[in-house]
Amino acid sequence: MQDLGIQVLFRGTNFLRLWQGLWVSLQIAAISMLFSVILGIFLGMIMTGKNRIVRLLCRIYLETVRIMPQLVLLFLVYFGTAKHFGLDLSSEVSAVIVFTFWGTAEMGDLVRSAFLSIPSHQYESGYALGLQKWQVFFHIMIPQTVRRLLPSSVNLLSRMIKTTSLVVLIGVVEVVKVGKQIIDAARYDVPTSALWVYGTIFFMYFLICFPFSIASSYLEKRLKD
Amino acid sequence: MENHLILETQELSKSYENQKNVLNGINFSIQTGEVVVIVGPSGCGKSTFLRCLNMLEPIDAGVIRLDGKEIHQDFKKAHLIREKVGMVFQSYELFPHRTVLDNIILAPIKVQKRKKEDVTKEAVALLTRVGLFEKKSAYPRQLSGGQKQRVAIVRALIMHPEILLLDEITAALDPEMVREVLQVVLQLAKEGMTMIIVTHEMGFAKAVADRVLFLDQGQVVEEAAPFEFFTYPKSERAKQFLNTFHYEAIEI
Repeated sequence: MQDLGIQVLFRGTNFLRLWQGLWVSLQIAAISMLFSVILGIFLGMIMTGKNRIVRLLCRIYLETVRIMPQLVLLFLVYFGTAKHFGLDLSSEVSAVIVFTFWGTAEMGDLVRSAFLSIPSHQYESGYALGLQKWQVFFHIMIPQTVRRLLPSSVNLLSRMIKTTSLVVLIGVVEVVKVGKQIIDAARYDVPTSALWVYGTIFFMYFLICFPFSIASSYLEKRLKD
Repeated sequence: MENHLILETQELSKSYENQKNVLNGINFSIQTGEVVVIVGPSGCGKSTFLRCLNMLEPIDAGVIRLDGKEIHQDFKKAHLIREKVGMVFQSYELFPHRTVLDNIILAPIKVQKRKKEDVTKEAVALLTRVGLFEKKSAYPRQLSGGQKQRVAIVRALIMHPEILLLDEITAALDPEMVREVLQVVLQLAKEGMTMIIVTHEMGFAKAVADRVLFLDQGQVVEEAAPFEFFTYPKSERAKQFLNTFHYEAIEI
């Protein structure tokens, strides 16, 4: 037992600390996702509009976010704003800003394609029944859009949870950082702890993300028209 | 009730950006209780004509009058016209997220502000009439094409439209389902429903029509009673068109 790295997990409150670290990751992901959904719905509606210039700007935004690694965005916001604008953003706030910036773009694109995938005959048949524009929007467009959106946004959420592991690099003390602290503290007496700690983190992520993945594919099957 | 003029068009014209004169000066009128069938080659403008009557398409010139009042091309008020002019489409277009019953009662409740219990009662009665009572809690994806189209007809009927437009309602159906849908329409005709029907089912057209309109290249080429039209078409174009429905054995 002396040689097994797993013992570090049971030292002091280490195991609990890992979960607390994961809780920080989840909070960042959840808050970012909330903002992303709200802003993404607006963005998606703007993207389905007729104005070409607006559409082009949205396109550029979307492509920029997709091309740029999230890590670069994190550095830009965390260090960039401090150096050039003198803003003292905490690393958590920077993380939420970056993930919202990214999530809004992804969500906007999902909303846009969900909207466009509803055939024009669907709202025409609503009009033909005497429904007004806003009624067609609320009773026909929105419910169908939400159905189409659910699986892919659950998927986006689990991607976001995974990607929050990057925020360790701007100093947020989340699960990966806690893990590193535990390993560092036990460096001399339990040199093999790294495998065990990171392995545990791997399973923790899995435990959180797997249900989302299941839910996503379940919804996809369930809500198919 | 006396029959009277309900809907008429004068010199109705319509062009699309890439297609001139889809409709070219159409004069048309229909009385209450009358069933007019519009036939013609594809692309002749028959569907566009129905869509104009229901304000799904703006018109370029001419007048449409409903109950003697001109329909102005004011699309903010289009819903007031559409409440009186029902329409059923080729592709049914039931709302996939609502059950059959919810599909039917949506418009009467939201548009006409009728009570839910009354509307539900009427919806059930209508569904029973078209033989779909058991399907009232089903979702559209669980229905066959013919069943969906019968639901779509009920959904239009429950609004008590003054006139019903049927746009190739059997064109997307398998042959064995065509009859169950057309039976419903025949029954409606018998009850005195005013209808304008666009169809490719010539046998059905003959049976249901009081009057047949032959449209070609956006113009009314011929207008006659069904027997006359199908037996002794006057114009060359109508003869050609009707011939496409006949097959003769190949002589060897």
